[in-house]
Amino acid sequence: MGMSLGDDTSREPAHDRGAPPTDTGKMVAAGVLLAIPLIALMWVPSYAKETPKLFGFPFFFWYQFLWVFICSAMTWTAYRLTLSARKGDRK
Amino acid sequence: MTPLAAGGGVNGVALTVLIVLFLIVTVAGFMATRFQRGDSLDTLDEWGLGGRKFGTWVTWFLLGGDLYTAYTFIAVPAAMFATGAVAGFFAVPYTIILYPIIFIFMARLWSVSHRHGYVTTADFVRGRYDDRGLSLAVAVTGFVATMPYIALQLVGIEAVLEVAGLGGGDNVLAQDLPLFVAFAVLAAFTYSSGLRAPAVIAFVKDTLIYLVIIVAIVYLPSQVGGWEGIFGAAKEKMATVNEATGKPTGAFIPGVGQGWAYATLALGSAMALFMYPHSVTASLSSGSRNTIRKNASILPAYSFVLGLLALLGWVAIAAKTNPIGLDGQPNPQLVVPQLFEDFFPDWFTGVAFAAIAIGALVPAAIMSIAAANTFTRNIYKEWLHKDATPAQEARVSKITSLVVKAFALGFVLTLDNQNAINFQLLGGIWILQTFPAVVFSLYTRWFHRYALLAGWAVGIVYGTVKAYQVINPATGKHFGGSLAEIPGLGDMGYIALTAFALNLLVAVVVSAVLNATKVSNGRDATRTSDYYADKDDPTVAHDLQRTNDLEAPPAR
Repeated sequence: MGMSLGDDTSREPAHDRGAPPTDTGKMVAAGVLLAIPLIALMWVPSYAKETPKLFGFPFFFWYQFLWVFICSAMTWTAYRLTLSARKGDRK
Repeated sequence: MTPLAAGGGVNGVALTVLIVLFLIVTVAGFMATRFQRGDSLDTLDEWGLGGRKFGTWVTWFLLGGDLYTAYTFIAVPAAMFATGAVAGFFAVPYTIILYPIIFIFMARLWSVSHRHGYVTTADFVRGRYDDRGLSLAVAVTGFVATMPYIALQLVGIEAVLEVAGLGGGDNVLAQDLPLFVAFAVLAAFTYSSGLRAPAVIAFVKDTLIYLVIIVAIVYLPSQVGGWEGIFGAAKEKMATVNEATGKPTGAFIPGVGQGWAYATLALGSAMALFMYPHSVTASLSSGSRNTIRKNASILPAYSFVLGLLALLGWVAIAAKTNPIGLDGQPNPQLVVPQLFEDFFPDWFTGVAFAAIAIGALVPAAIMSIAAANTFTRNIYKEWLHKDATPAQEARVSKITSLVVKAFALGFVLTLDNQNAINFQLLGGIWILQTFPAVVFSLYTRWFHRYALLAGWAVGIVYGTVKAYQVINPATGKHFGGSLAEIPGLGDMGYIALTAFALNLLVAVVVSAVLNATKVSNGRDATRTSDYYADKDDPTVAHDLQRTNDLEAPPAR
């Protein structure tokens, strides 16, 4: 800061368009999809066990490998949701 | 399969393959100046961010090459081999939850940086609060945390060379010569090509890594008794009582009371990773707001490979791999290179070693560029030379990238590698303390700049003291690990995350007080719409030009 405290907005070059129009419902759905992997993997006691095994892999290991794919799918869905929630967000 | 100790001489075939592949990427690194060429390399946007126009696939290779470092490939299986799943396999949930986290905030950081020409997170903090102190704190933390990380990449190269039989002997010069050569190559192509060099080399690195790991994970288990046998051997080793500590060697799967350690290591590491300058540099070099979001759903491919790689540490247990260094001492860090040398034909061992050595070049290049950008923008330009031109900025950054790497080399050659590991452990704790100032500020200015600075300071001091107090039960030395008791909970947890919680508490309380007493929170140079800008939106420089045009309407 410095001497220019006062009315700074008058010096703003272009007018602020604010946030783009957003479909809140879709954004909430995307947020939920992003939160699920975090909660699932932070809840370690739910998967810190050996059985059931799969191809010789204890549950603990194959379950986490599985989450790589689940999380990837959820993130992709969240991406599509955010795109359609905001028309301004293209590509 | 001829189990051969590392000291058993030079592996000529493997070494030749390694050298040939290394030469190929050297040429690629120098030719990278032409890759998606811009007008000139004389600005930070071009040299340090590759022109800010990398698309989805270049970004995928670049970020993959950047985040999954050679040191990771050495250290994660080493941790699995030595102490088991809590210290090693947390890398998997860490690199899964990483992506939902960056999905949320990285698009905003990209947009505001695109609009204002920010190159570093400290640039953004400077713009958000007009506060040099807070910006300096973020910049210095990033710079200091990156240094040991670069050193560890050289440690990764060293591990490969050591198993290949190089670097031995009594001649000090001959011993370190290969590392010098690798370093000189890295320094030269980074200097001349900037971020385009690692972007091009990352294609080679990632292809080799995928090839080697997939071959290893398909071929090796059948050689050592299948997955049942591997997990059995690992379980047995982890349950064996360690003579030095009187406790089990490690964890097969996290037991009762180890859940917090596992979860906090994963969460703390995931939150910290994109505070590092090299991650931000790679993200900001992408060409649009959504490139990074798209990448959040395809980057986990690397996490899957990292999980397989972690399990190679246990394959080595079943294979009875004996990682002995050239000094005759056991060294878990050599376990994966040694496993490859024991089981692969020599030529493929060479490919595997090249994958790791080249894997070190990509992150080391990006890290040194990112550290140099941080120094140039937030220390040189901010404090030493206010009127620096873009060309001067680019020149200072190029030179700094050399100095940073020379420092890392000196670090590795003169000090015990344990120092680099200790500092990297501390770096992870420190860098996480910049999270509130960077990420929360992307959403709100409720947090007060002085409160963020106070929280940062408290987090750094607490984390450093706690890490110092961790004693390695076997060696009796400080900085023995990254876990300490979580106050009020009793279980062990990642120190960085406990320090972060304390940081946050201080930031909230002090912000509430300062906001209530109406202490100025600085001037915000950003506007709401900046956080949604995409590649077609005009930059601030463009806006200023327009305003000037309006003030002086053209004569008709």
